[in-house]
Amino acid sequence: MATLKVNGKSVTVEVEDDTPLLFVLREQLGLTGTKYGCGIAQCGTCTVHVDGAAIRSCTYPVGALSGEEEITTIEGLSEDASHPVQQAWDELDIPQCGYCQPGMIMAVAGMLNDNPTPTDEDIDAEITNICRCGTLARVRKGIKLAVDKS
Amino acid sequence: MAVKTLLSRRGFIVGTGATGLTIGILASCTPSSTEPDAPDYSDLPPNAEVNAWVHIDHDDTVTVRIARSEMGQGTLTGLAQLVAEELDCDWDKVTTEYPTPGENLARDRIWGDYSTGGSQGIRGSHTYVREGAAAAKAMLIEAAANEWGVPASECTSENSVITHAGSGQTTTYGKVANAAGQLAPPLEVSVKDPADWKIAGQPKKRLDTKDKLTGAQVYGADIQLDGMLNASIKQAPQIGASLKSFDAAAVESMPGVKKVVSVRNPFGEGNNAVAVIAETWWQAHKALQALPVEWEGGVPFSTTEFEAELDNGLTADEAFVGNMNGDVVGAFADAAQMVEATYNMPFQNHACMEPMNTTAVYTEDRCEIWCPTQNGEAALAAVSEASGLPITQCDVYKVHLGGGFGRRGAADYVQQAVFLAMEMPGTPIKLQWSREEDMIHGFFHPTTKARVRGALDADGNLTGLHMRISGQSILAALIPQALINGMDIATFQGLLPSGLNDRVEDQTLKYSFDNLLIDHAMRNPPVRPGFWRGVNLNQNAIYLECFMDELAFAAGRDPLEFRLAHLKDSPLTAAVLQAAAERGGWGSNDGKARGLCSMYGFGSHVAACAEVTVRDDGSLKIDRIVAATDPGTAVNPQQIEAQVEGSFVYGLSAMLHGEITFENGEVQEQNFDTFNSMRIAEMPEVETIIMPSGGFWGGVGEPTIAVAAPAVLNAIYAATGKRVRQLPIKDQDLRNA
Repeated sequence: MATLKVNGKSVTVEVEDDTPLLFVLREQLGLTGTKYGCGIAQCGTCTVHVDGAAIRSCTYPVGALSGEEEITTIEGLSEDASHPVQQAWDELDIPQCGYCQPGMIMAVAGMLNDNPTPTDEDIDAEITNICRCGTLARVRKGIKLAVDKS
Repeated sequence: MAVKTLLSRRGFIVGTGATGLTIGILASCTPSSTEPDAPDYSDLPPNAEVNAWVHIDHDDTVTVRIARSEMGQGTLTGLAQLVAEELDCDWDKVTTEYPTPGENLARDRIWGDYSTGGSQGIRGSHTYVREGAAAAKAMLIEAAANEWGVPASECTSENSVITHAGSGQTTTYGKVANAAGQLAPPLEVSVKDPADWKIAGQPKKRLDTKDKLTGAQVYGADIQLDGMLNASIKQAPQIGASLKSFDAAAVESMPGVKKVVSVRNPFGEGNNAVAVIAETWWQAHKALQALPVEWEGGVPFSTTEFEAELDNGLTADEAFVGNMNGDVVGAFADAAQMVEATYNMPFQNHACMEPMNTTAVYTEDRCEIWCPTQNGEAALAAVSEASGLPITQCDVYKVHLGGGFGRRGAADYVQQAVFLAMEMPGTPIKLQWSREEDMIHGFFHPTTKARVRGALDADGNLTGLHMRISGQSILAALIPQALINGMDIATFQGLLPSGLNDRVEDQTLKYSFDNLLIDHAMRNPPVRPGFWRGVNLNQNAIYLECFMDELAFAAGRDPLEFRLAHLKDSPLTAAVLQAAAERGGWGSNDGKARGLCSMYGFGSHVAACAEVTVRDDGSLKIDRIVAATDPGTAVNPQQIEAQVEGSFVYGLSAMLHGEITFENGEVQEQNFDTFNSMRIAEMPEVETIIMPSGGFWGGVGEPTIAVAAPAVLNAIYAATGKRVRQLPIKDQDLRNA
């Protein structure tokens, strides 16, 4: 049993403590925007925010949460895709298959929460998500556009 | 714990067929704008389709039926543009849907081929798709003309509005769509000249972006059905091994576990996997990890040991000849200088971001699946075969793919899902592979090596070239009936002579060489190969274009000039090469290290100019790439740019990091920590030049991958004077390569 605050709502789920947050979101709460990609915190498709910071939810046991933290998923990032990162992604038509993009968007949004004007070096260090379709060049442009929109 | 059903809010419709299981998927792409004061048509029954390609609702929403799969490559949007263009409809009211393979079968394959690969999505279907849309437009106009009692030839159409200038009457497509659908299709239609396009040919934004920004896009992994259970599978880790035994009792009492089952081998006899079915996937997966399992009878294959076989092939007497002219032996005998190099391409995994999955429901008289597949019809056949039900009692609901790259043309995971559903008739089962299963049980890009030798005369002219490819054939393993007297012609992709036959004319060599021999010593390991985005063009481009660079330097000639000297009969290839070189700064004395590559593949001419820095610690920084593409006809330039940019990520990930190795028959790289993929820090700036020369339709999803690695490898040589011939680069010190 765990009580969580997800996208501004308090929820209680019946789940074993070692269940990764990713699967609580996807399977208990039906928030399937957050994706499973590797299960070992490598690819970043599972990125969500805990108190505004980007974390990889596939290796984050739900038992490590106190229930006080604000968890934000792609579904809760904004109303109507209006977050500057979503706007930039829309304007540059960044997603291809799109499977990695909820994680990519949350990773970028998390970075911008902490560092609203990242340098290219900051981007290189902070954004390590994998995209096999290969949107990486547009992602960098998208980050810069999102900074302009923020 | 109740599994929440997402059907209603995800835009699915659930109908009740004879079995109560018929569920259709509505379009996932909704029109981008809705008039706030739009009339209410909710009292009217929905319009019937105009024809198989087009449905138009009362409010003029045009639903385009798309048979090909959307896996990120943008084909869905491009095909919709082609239909909208011929239809003269309002692009802002265009949406799409996938007709099911079962419907296609029931309608005598009216939507043609569902297979999505070989960069064929648009170039392989544009004719009948455009004709279908042109026919629909003719029927809409005829319906309006009939209503007004005027000749159809006096009516015009634009932006979903039909006008009869003489009487001043207008109507919209939505109002006449039902009547149009009753008319006989025209006997003849003509399609527009691309020069007259207004919707096609434009850099339209994708139709499927919005839902990908909010998490609303439903992939196979996200399917939720009422009462659905989840399964995790473990397949024999060693090549060719079977399931010997497992101890279900050890995990049956774990939370959520419903059933532990052996799973039939989709490709052979017996069982080669075990799966746990549970309430949630995590519960299933956790129980599976705890399940004691024994395997038997595998093959102890080792990539290290296989090197000797590949090396043997490099000099073996017998080889299949793919391209030959003149007298190579004589040219070599007369050479003033011989140049020789040996290159390799290791196994690669497709590594789609969404691991393989399928959701299946089986009853004794019907079996249906929800599946991300590149080949809906093959998936349908697999459902029928696995379930033992007639194909007319099966269907496949396609969903967007979280990457495909060739992997999702296979139906192994489809069959497994059906086998599992048959264990619990009436209960939907979602089979989701773990990343490790996806890595271990791929259809791997084959491994080959090549030894290339060239003869130069005293003036630095290339007088003879022999490329010996040694290694695995994809066709021998997957489509042996396609071998020609044992030869796999696809091995020579990009290297074949022109005029062999139409089917391989898009795989031909564009260089002219006086004395040439390209041959293949087939050396097949017991590893399952597959069609990996770009397929054999990828390594053939490395073998050819890195060697052309080596020849140019050995001859003391400029690599651009050296290539162009052999492209006199291929002006389109020469043009893309020159365009990339010029924009890329080739020949400028700015101290930057650059490399070139051009190829012809999938019907398009492509080239790249790469600019790199090799740092003091021997590591690589790829600074900039300029890529030029001539696909003949450009349906959506913005999406072509996206495909070209993405091709560098796929091609350079393989060059930098990608390698699947086997020890004792087991894949060693089982996740992204060891099968790495390029990150943004390694990603260069990419500038794309799209230069469609007209008159033909080339593919864009794959060809550019082939030029990525050679351009960068040649630039590394320009930077360091060292040749990298052993891939992947991984942590090689490039100063001492």
